[in-house]
Amino acid sequence: MTENDDAKMIEPPQSGLTRRDLIKGVILGGVAISSSSYLFRASTLAAQTSRGTGDRLLTINVNGQQRRADVMKQETLAWTLRHKLGLTGTKLGCDRAECGSCTVLIDGVPHYSCSVLTHTVRDKKVLTIEGLASPDGALHPVQQGVIDEQGFQCAFCMPGFIMAAVAFLKANPDPTRMELAQGLSGNLCRCQDYDKILTAMMRGAENMRSASRA
Amino acid sequence: MPENDAKSVTPNARVYGAGHKLIGKNYVTADLYAKVTGQAKYAEDFHAEGMLFCKLLLSPLPHARVKHLDVRQALAMPGVKVILTADELPPPGDTLTDNGTVIRANPKSERALNMEPLYQGEPILAVAAVDELTAAEAIEKIRIEFEPLPFAVDPLETLRPGGPNPRTDGNIWVQPPTPPAVAGAPPPAPPPPTIGALKWTEAEFADAKSGRLPMGKTPDEWSYGDIDAGFKNAVLVLDETFVTPDTSHQPLETRSALSYWQNGKVYVHTGTQSTAQTVPAIARWLNIDVSKVVLISEYTGGGFGSKVTAGVSLIIPALLSKRANAPVMMRISREEETFIGRARPSLLGRMKVGFSKDGRIIALDMFVISNNGPYDANGDVPTSGRIVSLLYQPEAMHWRGVTVLTNTPPRSAQSSPGGLQGIVIMEPIVAKAARKLGLDQVAIRRINCPEGKAPFGPAVQGKRPYATSAFLKEALDRGAEQFKWSERVARTPKRVGTKVRGVGVSLSCYVGGTVGFDGLLVIKPDGRVNFQSGIGNLGTESVIDVHRAGAEVLGVPWEKCDVTWGDSSKNLPFTCVSGGSQTTHAMTRAAYATAMDARKKLQEIAAKKLGGQPDDYIVANERVSRKGGGAGMALAQAANYAIQLGGIYDGHEVSADLNGRTKASAAALAGQGLLAAAKDNYPRDGATFSYIASFAEVEVDVETGKYNIVDFLAYADVGSVIHPRSLGGQVLGRSVLGIGHAIGQKWVYDPHYGAMLSTRFYQSKPPTILDVPVDMQWAALDIPDPETPVGARGVGEPPVGGGCASILNALSDALGDEIFRRAPVNADTILTSLEAGHPMQHPLMAHI
Ligand code: FES
Ligand code: FES
Repeated sequence: MTENDDAKMIEPPQSGLTRRDLIKGVILGGVAISSSSYLFRASTLAAQTSRGTGDRLLTINVNGQQRRADVMKQETLAWTLRHKLGLTGTKLGCDRAECGSCTVLIDGVPHYSCSVLTHTVRDKKVLTIEGLASPDGALHPVQQGVIDEQGFQCAFCMPGFIMAAVAFLKANPDPTRMELAQGLSGNLCRCQDYDKILTAMMRGAENMRSASRA
Repeated sequence: MPENDAKSVTPNARVYGAGHKLIGKNYVTADLYAKVTGQAKYAEDFHAEGMLFCKLLLSPLPHARVKHLDVRQALAMPGVKVILTADELPPPGDTLTDNGTVIRANPKSERALNMEPLYQGEPILAVAAVDELTAAEAIEKIRIEFEPLPFAVDPLETLRPGGPNPRTDGNIWVQPPTPPAVAGAPPPAPPPPTIGALKWTEAEFADAKSGRLPMGKTPDEWSYGDIDAGFKNAVLVLDETFVTPDTSHQPLETRSALSYWQNGKVYVHTGTQSTAQTVPAIARWLNIDVSKVVLISEYTGGGFGSKVTAGVSLIIPALLSKRANAPVMMRISREEETFIGRARPSLLGRMKVGFSKDGRIIALDMFVISNNGPYDANGDVPTSGRIVSLLYQPEAMHWRGVTVLTNTPPRSAQSSPGGLQGIVIMEPIVAKAARKLGLDQVAIRRINCPEGKAPFGPAVQGKRPYATSAFLKEALDRGAEQFKWSERVARTPKRVGTKVRGVGVSLSCYVGGTVGFDGLLVIKPDGRVNFQSGIGNLGTESVIDVHRAGAEVLGVPWEKCDVTWGDSSKNLPFTCVSGGSQTTHAMTRAAYATAMDARKKLQEIAAKKLGGQPDDYIVANERVSRKGGGAGMALAQAANYAIQLGGIYDGHEVSADLNGRTKASAAALAGQGLLAAAKDNYPRDGATFSYIASFAEVEVDVETGKYNIVDFLAYADVGSVIHPRSLGGQVLGRSVLGIGHAIGQKWVYDPHYGAMLSTRFYQSKPPTILDVPVDMQWAALDIPDPETPVGARGVGEPPVGGGCASILNALSDALGDEIFRRAPVNADTILTSLEAGHPMQHPLMAHI
């Protein structure tokens, strides 16, 4: 059996299903969270805030869908994604533009979503890790590269690295390891798994090239 | 651009695991799909209905007493629900160890909140409110007055005559004597350690003037061999001081926690290095019974020792949640993580080393002090001595050390605790000795490195303890060959223009495993094998990897195996914490023992149903079948029979030697199939260690002081390889963690105010992908350790010291011995010292 066959056999994550029936009331993924704010709708204070300080109902295009959310003026895209839209695949490692774990694509360009105000992306297309696989579940070639090479350790940095790699490889489909390292240098991995990450992303590049040939 | 910037995808491909189906083979871990699609839930990704948010009030001062506190205005704010102060914390519970001894809680240990903060950034109180903004505003409205107290952030400052004490009652931990035994009563437990004051005299401090570590009295020391004779016979004696940095663990996921109560149980979502062992820790901190704790931790964003049993801070949302009767999320920011998130203590070390003509270390006098922070003593100081004694096998050794308390954030074990520091203090001396004696750097390490059942440390009850095995010489030889060591050393010229090349090699080792834990599995009536895993999922993949050893014994294809992990309510066995590189060793042993128990039960069931003796049957290819052909049954059928037979076969009866937690889990799973549960009772002669030989080449620009790591290789002696890709990740990942200590990571303090200046990534930056070569190399000997059934040892810690020291040694090869006496080595260190012709950094001051 080849590694690829092996990869297809892995079960979907055990997280969702099992947890739900154990702990009532804990909402697991985007699916269970409504598009409106839980933070500011839930309290009397919230009602006041949203009247007074300019919470605005915005529509933003995320992962190909029009999503609506009440957004504060000073709200970052990372916060909107994670806490208003339930897209928690985008991680916060520093919240201050130091680590890249919050990287998402805005109109195809990688950005630190912890340092982008949600208001500024109204007319743009946002792509997060959750939107990368095709709707039928087929992984993006870069995601598949991670599976093929067992890239990353704790994977907290992984969504950011993958998004950065997807954008970089689109523009540079056939990089050397050094070129790809340059392209990923805005992302920090504290497990310091750089060698294996680079190998996985190189495999992803190869997967992308063969997918585009096919 | 490096010479070999190839486009090759897998520079580190090599085949391991000869003769095995699963052990030593690559595969895809079952957690990877969730990770790669963003579905993996870390603590901060959970959301509970009606969830409140919490914010902490942190001490602005390094040592103070809260004189006056008024929270009325804050509490009156709409949206503010509860304010929790230290008075409301439950007294911490005692620890009941697995052999039944009670360790009394120490009242002077760290608590989650404190009215006498002992470091800048220590949490004083916590606010729960409907959202974070409200909680943060409430913190601003709290009126608080402090009485500043004397403080020390530098361990030497508090040891000086009349120096300030970091705690009101002193600066070190002291172990009071155990009361005498009373006839007829069980021997009394030693009382908890208490705080005492240690001051050295002006005379003892005299050496500090010349930049050498003063060596006053220490509470701890040991020795073996005739050290005076050794120094007398030595042809070269070096006496050097070296200082290692304080470094935060900085896991990318901070220690955020979500907590709520349901039906009298507390539920906690947080990152941890052990699902199984964090439950009793939480129970102790909250002073409730373990049966009342549920921990959910399927994914942890890195630990490196900082989340061994999670962090005491998690009781803050738990207690707030109880008071507010609502779930509480505590998101920890990066700065807060720097304060409460643990760090490696700096060690100041002084070594006097006597060498024979051929480079053998015949006498070693080691003296170390650590900068421990204000709370419980870490083991780094004593461990550094034992690791040095194992790794360099000095013929005679004397060791002294003291763990010094300071008003800096609490330390904890960080990958290779004490090992990194001991190795980094020792290696530059070995490198210097080789230069002075005209020896090759690999040769001088070869003659000193441990081999076989190598002894270490002082004698215990008349006999020195020893390692289970060591094949480090072989790793060193093979590594030198793969790295083309001799060619690199011979290459001329070393300097081209402003660029100077240097090569370095380092030995490295650390503890590689413990024994005595339990495994638990169920063969289900559908023929699938379910492994229960209490290991934390912090990225090492041992949570899944170790069970491959069990599947191999049972001859079950991996596709028919499931692993349950990450939730303490899912009936997990008693498991080691994933710290100190124990897991691969300890839990492959337990997995092996459990699979052997399953095999025996399968053979017995077959004999009962099909006749003959259990020994007439073999277990392979998902069947138990009669040797030489004939009758047999599928595992699925055997599982059904096990349920019919009950008793020992389906888990209604289990072995008496299992840990209580494993027994409870087995009872809950009983009747679901063939249940196997076993304790690792395999003998082990010696203590388990793993070893690495690390090689590095650097290129230094002597005009700018900037340097690059050109190449790096780590050659591992870690026993049998279980999962090559995850092993490679550990070997190189932890090497780079060590490299961070060489190339830039450290704490910086304002000593006047006792305030930390390096609170964020960019101020103490872990290595990035551009700081290391793009084609780092690793390899493993794959020689099984003879003292463990699967042959595998642990790997997380051993590479760390060698990662750091090989870089330092490469730098001194390029620049000479007069550039640095402490790590990290930054461009300014190099530039100023090169110009002056001697090390220009302050030799002893902390946090520069
Ligand atoms: S979280 Fe945005 S860069 Fe770190
Ligand atoms: S894999 Fe853990 S931070 Fe990158």
